[in-house]
Amino acid sequence: MSNIPSDLKYAKSHEWIRVSGDTATVGITDHAQAELTDIVFVELPEVGRRLKAGEACAVVESVKTASDIYSPVSGEIMELNKPVTDNPALVNTEPYAGGWFFKIKLSNPAELNALLSPEDYKKQIGG
Amino acid sequence: MLKRTALFSAHQKLGAKLIDFGGWEMPVQYTSITDEHLAVRNAAGIFDISHMGEVTVSGAAAEEFLNHVLTNDVRKLTPGLGQYTLMCNERGGVVDDLYAYRLSGEVYLLIINASRIEADVAWLDAQAAKFPRQSELRLTDASHNYAAIAVQGPRVKEFINAVIPGTSCSAMRVNCVTDLKKNEVGGFHFEHGSVLVSRTGYTGEDGFEITGPDETIQHAWNRIFEIGKPFGIKPCGLGARDTLRTEVCYPLYGHELDEETTPIEAGVGFFVSLEKGKFNGRSVLAEQKSNGVKKKCVAFKMTDKSAPPRPHYPIWAKGASVGEVVSGTQSPSLNVGIGMGYVPPEFAKPDTKIEIEIRGKRFAAVVVKKPIYCR
Repeated sequence: MSNIPSDLKYAKSHEWIRVSGDTATVGITDHAQAELTDIVFVELPEVGRRLKAGEACAVVESVKTASDIYSPVSGEIMELNKPVTDNPALVNTEPYAGGWFFKIKLSNPAELNALLSPEDYKKQIGG
Repeated sequence: MLKRTALFSAHQKLGAKLIDFGGWEMPVQYTSITDEHLAVRNAAGIFDISHMGEVTVSGAAAEEFLNHVLTNDVRKLTPGLGQYTLMCNERGGVVDDLYAYRLSGEVYLLIINASRIEADVAWLDAQAAKFPRQSELRLTDASHNYAAIAVQGPRVKEFINAVIPGTSCSAMRVNCVTDLKKNEVGGFHFEHGSVLVSRTGYTGEDGFEITGPDETIQHAWNRIFEIGKPFGIKPCGLGARDTLRTEVCYPLYGHELDEETTPIEAGVGFFVSLEKGKFNGRSVLAEQKSNGVKKKCVAFKMTDKSAPPRPHYPIWAKGASVGEVVSGTQSPSLNVGIGMGYVPPEFAKPDTKIEIEIRGKRFAAVVVKKPIYCR
C-alpha cells in the first residue's frame, strides 16, 4: 500500500510537491519509487534553470531503465538535494523526506490548482 | 494477446512485475533486481525460462544436418552432452545462438531463444528442404510441449538432489543430479513424469536447467521453493537474468547478436569449428578468423561517476564516435556502470580508454577483459 501524505499535491506523472510560501519542494511518490525499485542514479537540473510546468527536468535510473521526471509547476530552480545524487537509494527509502529532488521558485502559483489532491492521486494509481 | 507460461499464476501469487518479452508475459522482477541478482551470486535463485523454444532433431542424418546448420562441431557430443553453438546464415550473420544437446544416438534437442522460435523453425525447415538426406531427418518444434526453469547459484548443489532424487534414466547416466558435470544432461523421474536436467545456465554461476511438461515443471517449481528455502532461494525475473549475464558477458540475441553480426565479431569464435568441414557461413567466418574483423564486441566499465550505460548510447574514442553500446546496466555485484558494445578492432584491447555518451555528455570508461565479473 503506497504512502500518500495528505499535505502534498501530486502530478499525474508521479511527482509530489510541497509548497512553502513562493517556493516548493519536488520529489517522486512512494508509488513511483516502488515501481522503479533499486534507484541507482539521479540526475538533477542546474540551479537557475527556468522550467515550464510539465517539462522534463531530471532523470532517475533504476537498474533496468531511465525515467524522466517532470516539473509539476513553472519556475526557477533554487536548490538541489545533493545527498540524493550521492546516495540515490534515498529515493527508495524516504521518498518524501531525504529523497527530495529540488526546490523551485513558483512563477505561476495558479498552476497548483491544476495538480491532483491526495485523494485524486490515490484514485489514479488504483489505491 | 501475450502468451503465458505454465508458471504464470505462480508469478502473480508472488507479486511479480510482468512485462512483454518477445510476446510473452514474463516476470521482470519480484522484489528488486539487485536483491535477486545477489541471491544468485551468493546463494540461489530460480527463473522461469519456459518461454524458450525447444526443437528436436532426430534420424540417421541428424548429426550431418546439424553440423551443416550450426557452427560448433556436433560430433564432439556423446549422448548426454550439450554445447553452446550458433546458427548462421550464408553471410555468417547469426540467425540464433542456442544450446544443442545429444539425448541419445540419433536424437538431439535444441534450446533456442523465445524471440527467435518462428525465425529459427522457418530457417531450419528451409535448410532441411535443401538437405540431400532429408528423408533421414525429422525436425519437430516442441516448444509448446515444454516448460522450463533455471536454478542458479553456489548453494543449489546443496539441495537439488533432494528436489529431484534418484539416478538418471536417460541421456547421461549418473547416480544423482549433482553428478552431472558442466554441459551434461540427464533424464530423471520426477513426481509422475520425467524431466531433463542439464548443468547449464545463463548467470555465470553453477546451476541447473530443468525442462519438462507444464504440470511437472509446476511441481518442480514448488518443490524447489520448499526445499531451497533454508538455503536462501529467491524467485528471479528477467531483470536479474539480464544483469547476471551482462556481468559475465554472455551474449543476448538482439543485443550482441543479430543477422548482420558474425560470431567472430561478437567474440564467440571459440564456438565456431572451422575444422569440421563445410557449414553455413563458413567462408565468411574463415575469412574473418584469418584476416580480422571491422567491428568487435568489447566489454567496458565506467570510470567516471555517471548514469548507467544503456543500449544505443554512442561510444567515443580519440575524439570521434566509433561505435554503440549494445548492453548496459549498473552492475549489482560491482556497483559500477558496465556494458558491452561494438567498436573497431583498434579500440578493442583491454585498458583502452573510451567514452560513453549519455544524454549528450561524455563519460570516461575503459575496455576490460571478458568476463567483467568473475568470482
